[in-house]
Amino acid sequence: MAANRNRRLIMWLGMAALALVPPVSLALSQPYYVDLFTRILIFSIAALSLDLIISYGGMLSFGHAVYLGVGAYAVGIADAYGIDSGLFQLLVAAAATAAIATFIGLVSLRTSGVHFIMITLAFSQMIYFLSISVNKFGGEDGMTLNQRGQFGSLIPLDNANVLYYFVFAFLALFLWIQSHLVRSRFGMVIRGARTNPRRMAALGFPVFRYQLGAFVISGVMCGVAGALLAEQALFVSPAIMQWSRSGEIMVMVIMGGMGTLFGPILGAVAYLVLEDVLTGLTQYWGFFLGIILVAIILMGRQGIMSLVYGLRWKSSHG
Amino acid sequence: MLLLLVQAFNGLQFGVMLFLMAAGLTLVFGIMNVVNLAHGSLYMVGAYVCAETYVATHSFLLAIPAGLLAALATGVIIEIGIFRALYTRDHLDQVLATFGLTLMFNDLVRIIWGSDAIYATVPKFLAGQVVIIPGAPYPAYRLAIIVVGLAVAALLYLIIARTRYGMIIRAGASNRVMAGALGANIVVLYTVVFALGALLAGLAGLMAGPIFTVASGMGDSILILAFVVIVIGGIGSIRGAFIAALAVGFIDTMGRAYLRPLFGLFLPSTAADNAGPAVASMLIYIVMAAVLFFRPQGLFPPRMR
Repeated sequence: MAANRNRRLIMWLGMAALALVPPVSLALSQPYYVDLFTRILIFSIAALSLDLIISYGGMLSFGHAVYLGVGAYAVGIADAYGIDSGLFQLLVAAAATAAIATFIGLVSLRTSGVHFIMITLAFSQMIYFLSISVNKFGGEDGMTLNQRGQFGSLIPLDNANVLYYFVFAFLALFLWIQSHLVRSRFGMVIRGARTNPRRMAALGFPVFRYQLGAFVISGVMCGVAGALLAEQALFVSPAIMQWSRSGEIMVMVIMGGMGTLFGPILGAVAYLVLEDVLTGLTQYWGFFLGIILVAIILMGRQGIMSLVYGLRWKSSHG
Repeated sequence: MLLLLVQAFNGLQFGVMLFLMAAGLTLVFGIMNVVNLAHGSLYMVGAYVCAETYVATHSFLLAIPAGLLAALATGVIIEIGIFRALYTRDHLDQVLATFGLTLMFNDLVRIIWGSDAIYATVPKFLAGQVVIIPGAPYPAYRLAIIVVGLAVAALLYLIIARTRYGMIIRAGASNRVMAGALGANIVVLYTVVFALGALLAGLAGLMAGPIFTVASGMGDSILILAFVVIVIGGIGSIRGAFIAALAVGFIDTMGRAYLRPLFGLFLPSTAADNAGPAVASMLIYIVMAAVLFFRPQGLFPPRMR
């Protein structure tokens, strides 16, 4: 399994490179890179969580940004009520996204294929409009947070480098969990259900419950990413969960390589660095991104990971 | 009571526009099995070209065909250039490629016509009010949308149910391979169906121009509402799309108009002020969730063989 060994090597090298971002940006005296890469790490978590359900579970959710939004609003609302404990804020975010993901999953997992895509999209739009119409929490303009969550004097999140490693720790934790999860019995069941749900049901597995479980785990991971986004930006607005954001997270997964664990993280780095460079050059960055995206798909959708280890990822669901 | 009637007309007008969008989407899905996120872009192209032509020529009679033609041409170009390569791909590829097209078109209109929203004006002969019900004048333009929309729905029904080409479309929807084997030209059929959908989207867009503002990204929100409509109606069914579109238009309009006063009857006024708009904005999605919970295939799923 040379490909597998290469894959693991890339994962370790990649994480090591990401760990070196703060000292390198200090050496270059470019503190902006720490902020940019904190954001990139947060979106890496979101992309990683989406990868779990679209690549391993075969559930094409087109509303994943809603969990970013719910997680972020949970932190924002807790902050508005004067709750400044960071741990509590993260727990609220996780609980809120678990509840929303369970509701969305219960309804949308009753369907599959195109129905599933459209329904997840519609539900994310529902929460988006809800956030716009509730004026108490900023409505369309969004809300500004008073301060970052407090984790005691050991972890002062107001320090940009501390915040970076705080987010990095979450990414590393989730990557570790996911790499074990997809090889576990649970992971094998949802992978089996992607290929042939009927056969898995015939083998005696309650497929719906397993899929719902994966859907909720993925939602909670993304919700934590949303909470971290709120802590970083100190600002929450409905724009976090615009429908195009769901598409962007999906693009990150595809750019990096589906079902490759580290691929989505590479994809998030590539996408957001590309966005950062292109928005500096042109105000029409969506135009170029659109063309690049259509070209990637028409040329057969192979992520960055496949370039590195030369293993062709084949689509086996639809 | 009169206000209720006016709101009912508003709901009908919104529903008719949703139907024009949903009909194209559901046809394209039913026959080609393609998810098309770029359908909203065709709506936007129709709205932009119509509004710009009207500003330039001051003639609505020139602006309408210009808008329709632009949407049609855009539809045919992307069908031949991009969709033909997507028919055999899985849904993930289709979603991503059409998402890319949407991003591209949203910026393309900004490159061509600038980033500012255009406030399209109602043509003079439709600018006034019409009294259909004594005491409740109704804007002539909105009434015209209802008439045009219902006429197009009837025409679409006649084409699909009564003509030879409609028969081929129905045959293609129930069994593509068999229709092809029996001599229907599937490649041409796909282009024609896609062009028909583009035309309907363009029509919806150019009529929407004077009601909403013409701006980049204007097609996105109505696209998602059209998805809700076809999911409720049953994907692939024109009849389902029609009924669901009117229902969604009606429920949404009524919810926005009457939920706040309704909540005010039994909630304190500040609570009603908060809950009314919040629930109104979620109402149709809640309806969708309820429908799907009991009938995951929608209300009128087409009979597939």
